[in-house]
Amino acid sequence: MTPLAAAAEGVQIGTGEAVAFWILGPIALAGALGMVLSRNAVHSALWLVNTMLALGVFYVVQGAPFLGAVQIIVYTGAIMILFLFVLMLVGRESSDSVVETLRGQRVAAIVLGIGFAGLVGAGVARAAEGAVVRGLGEDAGGEGNIHAIAELLFTRYLLAFEVTSALLITAAVGAMVLAHVEREPGERRTQKELSRARFLDGDHPQTLPGPGVYARGNSIALPGRLPDGTQSRLSLATGVEAQQVDELAPTGSLGIEREGLPHAGGTDAALGTADRGEDTPR
Amino acid sequence: MSPLAAADSPTLADFGSDPWWIVLIKVVGVFVVLVLMTLFAIVFERKVVARMQQRIGPNRVGPRGSLQSLADGLKLAFKEDIMPALADRPVYFLAPVIATIPAFLAFSVIPLGPTVSIFGERTPLQLTDAPIGVLVVLACSAMGVYGIVLGGWASGSTYPLLGGLRSAAQMVSYEIAMGLSIVAVFLYAGTMSTSEIVAAQADGIPLFGGAVTGPSWFAVLLPVSFVIYVTAVVGETNRAPFDLPEAESELVGGFHTEYSSLKFALFFLAEYVNMVTVSALAATLFLGGWRAPWPLSEWDGANSGWWPLLWFFGKVIVALFVFIWLRGTLPRLRYDQFMRFGWKVLVPTALVWILAVATMRTVARESGADVGEVAVFVGVPLALLVVAGLLIASRASNRDTRLAARAAAAGSTTPTVPEVLPPAGKQRPAAGGFPVPPMDLVVPPSPRLGRREPVGAGAPSPQEDADV
Repeated sequence: MTPLAAAAEGVQIGTGEAVAFWILGPIALAGALGMVLSRNAVHSALWLVNTMLALGVFYVVQGAPFLGAVQIIVYTGAIMILFLFVLMLVGRESSDSVVETLRGQRVAAIVLGIGFAGLVGAGVARAAEGAVVRGLGEDAGGEGNIHAIAELLFTRYLLAFEVTSALLITAAVGAMVLAHVEREPGERRTQKELSRARFLDGDHPQTLPGPGVYARGNSIALPGRLPDGTQSRLSLATGVEAQQVDELAPTGSLGIEREGLPHAGGTDAALGTADRGEDTPR
Repeated sequence: MSPLAAADSPTLADFGSDPWWIVLIKVVGVFVVLVLMTLFAIVFERKVVARMQQRIGPNRVGPRGSLQSLADGLKLAFKEDIMPALADRPVYFLAPVIATIPAFLAFSVIPLGPTVSIFGERTPLQLTDAPIGVLVVLACSAMGVYGIVLGGWASGSTYPLLGGLRSAAQMVSYEIAMGLSIVAVFLYAGTMSTSEIVAAQADGIPLFGGAVTGPSWFAVLLPVSFVIYVTAVVGETNRAPFDLPEAESELVGGFHTEYSSLKFALFFLAEYVNMVTVSALAATLFLGGWRAPWPLSEWDGANSGWWPLLWFFGKVIVALFVFIWLRGTLPRLRYDQFMRFGWKVLVPTALVWILAVATMRTVARESGADVGEVAVFVGVPLALLVVAGLLIASRASNRDTRLAARAAAAGSTTPTVPEVLPPAGKQRPAAGGFPVPPMDLVVPPSPRLGRREPVGAGAPSPQEDADV
C-alpha cells in the first residue's frame, strides 16, 4: 500500500471519542465564555481552569495521554494556582467595574469578537473540510506515546528544547534579580538574636496582654484587666481609640441604679441570684 | 519484565477489556476501601498518638474505641451547616467537593493485587492503568490543591485566606520535589505505569553474575528518592510537621476554619484519603507494591490470588504509621524554614540524585556491567562518602552550640556568643538573654495548714541553703 493510499483510507472515529467530544466541547466552551463574562477575577480564573481541564481530557482521548497529564499538572496544577495565588491577594471585593470608560466599547468588543471567531472558525472549517482522520498511529499514540515524545525531544528537537529551557531559566533568574533585596550579611537578625534582644531590652519579654482579657466586654477597644482589677494600657491595640469601660453593677446589687442602661440588672440578674436581695433590702 | 514475574502479573494490555459490571465492582470497591481506610486511619492515629503520649486514647465507642471515627463522622453530618455572610457562595460550596473528588480519583491507578478471578472473569486487581499511570496521581494531587486554596479564599475571612495562600505555595513547591523523586523510579523501571513498576520490582537484581540476588525494592535501590518522596508527600498532604495551612496555634483552623458539618467532613475525608493514596503510592513505587516481602515471598502462593491484598494493605498501614509517628514526634516548622527546606534542600538533592542515577544507568549499559555490580562498587562507596561529608558538615555547623553546651555543663552561665544588643535602659536580671524568675519569692501560707506556722518571710531561700 502506498503512503497516499494509507492517508486516503483514514481512521474511523470511535463512538467513545465522539461522545467524549460532544460532552467536553460544550464544557470547554462554557469555561471560555464564563472566563470572559464573570466579573470576579477568581471566578474568571476558575472558568479558565475548567477549560484547561477539558483540554487535558481532550488530549488523553485523542491518544496523547502524556500531553494530557502534563497539561493538567503544569498548566492547571501549577500555573493557574500561581495565578489564583496572586488574585487572592487582590481582595475579594474587587470585581470588575461595569462603568464604560470608552463609549460603545462593549458593543464594539462583542461585534469584533464574534466577527473574529467567525473568521477563524470559517477558515479552520474550510481548511479541515474533506481532511481525512489519520490518528497518531501505534508508535506515537497510546502506549508508545512517552517513548516517542522522549525520542523526538532528545534527537530532532534537542536544540529547541535546550534553548527553551535556557530561556525559561533566564526568565526565572531575571525575576529573582528584580525581586532581590540587597542585604549585608548579619544585617538581618536571626530568631535566636531576636529572642535574646527581647529579654534584654524592654519590659515585656512575653506577649502583651490581649484586649478584653478579664474585661467586661469583647471589643478590642476595651482594655484588659490585670488580676488586681486595674486596667492594662498595654492590652490596647495601637491605632484603636480606647473606650470607657461600661462597668457592670457589683455583686448583690439589684441593678436599680442602672435603670435604662444596657445590661441593667447587674451580675445577679444575669446569674439568676437576684431574689436573694429581696428578703433583706439594703 | 522477566518471565518469572509474568505469571499473574498484569501488564498494560490487560486493562480496558473488563465487562461493565466488573468495572462497577472495582469502582465501588475502591470507594469503600478508601472510606474504610479513612475510618480506620483516624482511630489508628488517635490510638497511636495516645500511646506515644502515655494516654489511652478513644475507648468508649465500640470494642476498644474502634468505632470512634464512625461516631464522629455521624455526629459531624448532623451539625449545623454554616454559610458565612461574607462567603463567596458557589466557590465556598464547591471547594470541599473539589478537594474530595481528586483524592478518590487518584486511587484508581493503584494496583492492589495480581490478576484474580472475580465471578469467573480474570481481571487485574486494579481499577485501571495507563502508560502515564503515576502522572494521574500527580495530576489528581495538583487538582486537590484547588479545593484547599478555594476553601480558604471563599470563606471571606482572614485566617482561612492565610491558610489557603500557605497551602497554595506549599503544595506547589512540594509537588515539584515529589515529582522529581519519582523520576529515578521511572528511569529504573522504564515505565510510568503503576502495574509495570510493581512488576519491575518483582525479581531480585542478580549480583556477581547471578549467584546472589539483591533486594529489588526501589526503596533499597533508590534510597535518596525514597527519602525525598516520603518528606515531600508529608508536605503535599499537609500533615504534621508540615501542616502549616492549618496550623492551629497560628491560623485557628487554617483553610477550613469557617467550615462545619458535612463540608468540613469532606475536607477531613480528603486529607485522610490523600494520606492513604500517597501511602499506597509509596508502597507501589518503592516497597514492591502488592508483592510479598522477602521471607514471605519464598512461599510460592504468596504472590497469587487474593493474598497480595494482605501484603499491600500491610505496607500501606506501615506507611500510615510513619505519618502518625512523624506527627507524634516532630514540632511544626516555621513557614520560611519549611519553604527553604523544600526549595534549597529537597529539589537540588533530587536533581543531583537524578543525574547520578542516570549516569550510573548509562555507565552500566555502556560497560556491560550489570546494575547490581555498579550499585555495589560505585553506589555504596559514593553513598558512604556523601554521608561522611554530611556528618562532618553538620558537626562543623553545630560547633558553637556544642561548645556552649559543654561550657554550660561545666557550670558557666555566661554565653559564649557575644550579646547582640547591649542591655538598654533598666537592667533586668536576664542571664545572657534568658528569662530568670524573681529570686525573692516566698511561699504564701497554705489555707489548709491553718494552725501551723506559715512558711514565709525570713525563711532561707533554697539558694542560700545550698550555699551554707
